Amino acid sequence: MLTKDTAQLALLSAKLRSRIIETSSTTGTPHLGSCLSCVDILTALYFGVLRIDASNPRAPERDRCILSKGHGAMGLFHVLAERGFYPLSDLNDYGKDGGVFAEHPPTPEHLAGIEAATGSLGHGLPLGLGMAMASHIQDRPYNVYVVLGDGECNEGSVWEAAMLAAAQKISNLCVIIDFNKWQATGRSREVMALDPLADKWRAFGWNAIEVDGHNFDELLFALSKFPHENGQPTAIVAHTVKGKGVSFMEDDNNWHYRIPTTEEVVKSKFELGVAP
Amino acid sequence: MRNAFAEEMTRVAATDKRVVVLSGDIGNKLFDKLKAVDDKRFYNCGIAEANMMGVAAGMAMSGLRPFVYTITPFTTTRCFEQIRVDVCYHHAPVVIVGTGSGLSYSELGPTHHSLEDMAILRTLPGMRVVAPCDAAELRQVLHETLKDDSPTYIRIGKKGEADIHPSKPELRLGKVLIIRPGSDIALLCAGNMMAETLKAADLLAANGVSAEVVSFHTVKPLDVDYLQEATKRFKLIATVEEHSRIGGFGSAVAEWRMSHHHKIDQISFGTDDVFMHEVGSQAYARNKFGLTAEKMAETTLATYRGYIR
Repeated sequence: MLTKDTAQLALLSAKLRSRIIETSSTTGTPHLGSCLSCVDILTALYFGVLRIDASNPRAPERDRCILSKGHGAMGLFHVLAERGFYPLSDLNDYGKDGGVFAEHPPTPEHLAGIEAATGSLGHGLPLGLGMAMASHIQDRPYNVYVVLGDGECNEGSVWEAAMLAAAQKISNLCVIIDFNKWQATGRSREVMALDPLADKWRAFGWNAIEVDGHNFDELLFALSKFPHENGQPTAIVAHTVKGKGVSFMEDDNNWHYRIPTTEEVVKSKFELGVAP
Repeated sequence: MRNAFAEEMTRVAATDKRVVVLSGDIGNKLFDKLKAVDDKRFYNCGIAEANMMGVAAGMAMSGLRPFVYTITPFTTTRCFEQIRVDVCYHHAPVVIVGTGSGLSYSELGPTHHSLEDMAILRTLPGMRVVAPCDAAELRQVLHETLKDDSPTYIRIGKKGEADIHPSKPELRLGKVLIIRPGSDIALLCAGNMMAETLKAADLLAANGVSAEVVSFHTVKPLDVDYLQEATKRFKLIATVEEHSRIGGFGSAVAEWRMSHHHKIDQISFGTDDVFMHEVGSQAYARNKFGLTAEKMAETTLATYRGYIR
């Protein structure tokens, strides 16, 4: 199931983008720009790296992945469907009364493939750290991946977790920051003093590497360097573009909340090279 | 209670491999014996309670049974959202232990008082709220929490609390322990006010009123079977807690009475809706809020006599 074929991964992520845009349009779900900036990161993880088995989603030695920026749920739901955790048709119920597909991920008890319910920012890294520490305590050799938003790095709990992870030398913990340069109401480097982001992680005792978050060669290379033999946790600062893949959405923060029209969906699919 | 906690946790950790203790940079020496059991089973998580609670939830979701320990306001109000989302939303079996609850750290001022903890934690779905009255109850509670997968909050005092139980009590969570049977009224106590409550019962007895004294160590879920029986036996009950009268044990009993239309009267002894701006010992603070045997007996007696007149 896993592949290192970057052309295949690129095709897959184009297909996922098209599905995400369609779901946003038909169900009126926001945060489209945030989903499109992290879909390549999720594709690289779920189809290139994670040792997981959709037929046994709670296997004790599986790798864990937490989408800490929970507002990217629509992206994660499509990735998990494609990865075989549930049929794609389940997503027809997205946002419907009584369903499980909300604007943020539900708990693992309620949807296979989910490792933690997120949505309130700054929770995923402490949870992931706890899971990574549990692997040391229980001698179970798995890795934990946490995808953070750049806006999410405003939260103090992120840096509390960063300090404890470094102090405890939790080397099987990898953070990937979807650095799309925007948060809900402004440029993320202006709202809070985020720069220099990679150096901040280094100063907190982490290995930090910067990559183009839409380049599968770079993403897979950075992920292959983890866990680092120096015993430190790893932070991959992935430079991304909000709304990536669709010309009229790219780097336009209106798509944090805007919903695409039917015509815009058609245009998007054309640009992505996906059949309408 | 603090020393009993560390001692009993060492026993619990030795027999249950799932148990891990997380501390918020307190009690370093207190846990030396626990660390000797296994250095992978104790973590000082620093002065970063939000992260500590999330870490505990992550461990619990991976099959461990973490106990999170620090001073009560910092393990409750400080990280309430982490308790709500990480622990309770996931129904993760984390045991949260708040030390120095109520007015135990009176001298340290309102930053270290905890008179709201039961009120807020009680609102969280699936959260069990426990307030043992002495070290013997606490020891049993620690073992009992491991028998199911419910998240649990335990509020304990500091050290030097009186021993109430002469021997190990047969404690079951959610079931009261009757400390002293009585026939006229019932004094229901949650937590560290038990010695004072027993003294109040003595004073009532001297005035010819027989008071039943009950340890309501589990504030959530309430022992409704006991309360149901109490409505048949008594016209008046009094709830006692070193906690605000807003939202705590007394409120829980009042909510139960209201929702079941029970015609039983209740006096709620607890702290007032104020921060204590003057310095004072625990005894001073209790006296200020009327939480002494004398004041509780006086109020109870006056109310009770109103019925028989």
